[in-house]
Amino acid sequence: MRPLSVIVTSVCDLFAWFMIVFGAYVINNGHNTPGGGFQGGAIVATFLSFMLVAYGGKRFRAWVREGVYGFLEFLGLMAFFIFGCLGFPNSFFYNSPAISWGQKPLSEWIPYCGTISLMNVAVGFEVIGALSLVIVYMYGSIQMIDTGAGMGGERGHDRYDR
Amino acid sequence: MKKTIFIAAVIILGGLLCDMFEGIHPLGVPLNTQMDDYFLAHALTDRSAQNVVTSMVFDFRGFDTLGEAAVLFTALSSIGALFRDGGKRE
Repeated sequence: MRPLSVIVTSVCDLFAWFMIVFGAYVINNGHNTPGGGFQGGAIVATFLSFMLVAYGGKRFRAWVREGVYGFLEFLGLMAFFIFGCLGFPNSFFYNSPAISWGQKPLSEWIPYCGTISLMNVAVGFEVIGALSLVIVYMYGSIQMIDTGAGMGGERGHDRYDR
Repeated sequence: MKKTIFIAAVIILGGLLCDMFEGIHPLGVPLNTQMDDYFLAHALTDRSAQNVVTSMVFDFRGFDTLGEAAVLFTALSSIGALFRDGGKRE
């Protein structure tokens, strides 16, 4: 995939980072305003496809680190599970700490309502990691078909020339 | 013979469908309102989230959301298994 014109890259420079900020806002304020972890994570993951379309595959490949997104996915899932399990003393997956923590803000950035907002952030991390990895994997498969590398032979887990 | 069986089946199934539509209770008049009333009364005071949907999704139905996260993870795993090019990148 080749990069698009300088107009598109300039617009990408201007607005791509705004997507991340807006997505972080949606994740962070999911308990007060419409939105939440799933929606904000999807907004942040759009950033990667925007980068791919504007700057082309070469720069995308150089810029993306799969491990970071895999780690985000792992972190989000584990954090969500742990925050959910905090409610075990009272009942099954029912958020008891929200009652005691909800009365005061945890910090300036994570206002009110205790573990609900933290679970929002965890799900946001998970969705960012998952959707970004989907984009990366699917682009990799397009590149594979374009170049013909890896076609016809075995690939994936069974590949011998690792 | 087959045609008669088919027509009879269509008539019976159509009758059952009409009967099912007859049995739907009117919109806006739920049969059991205990849970709805509890959520509406306690979502804001207990969970202190202004967005009641969030308190529903992440708290009252938190286990359901864990399932949703698992669905996303499964989708990612299958996409990785299908599309990922194995081995080291040159």
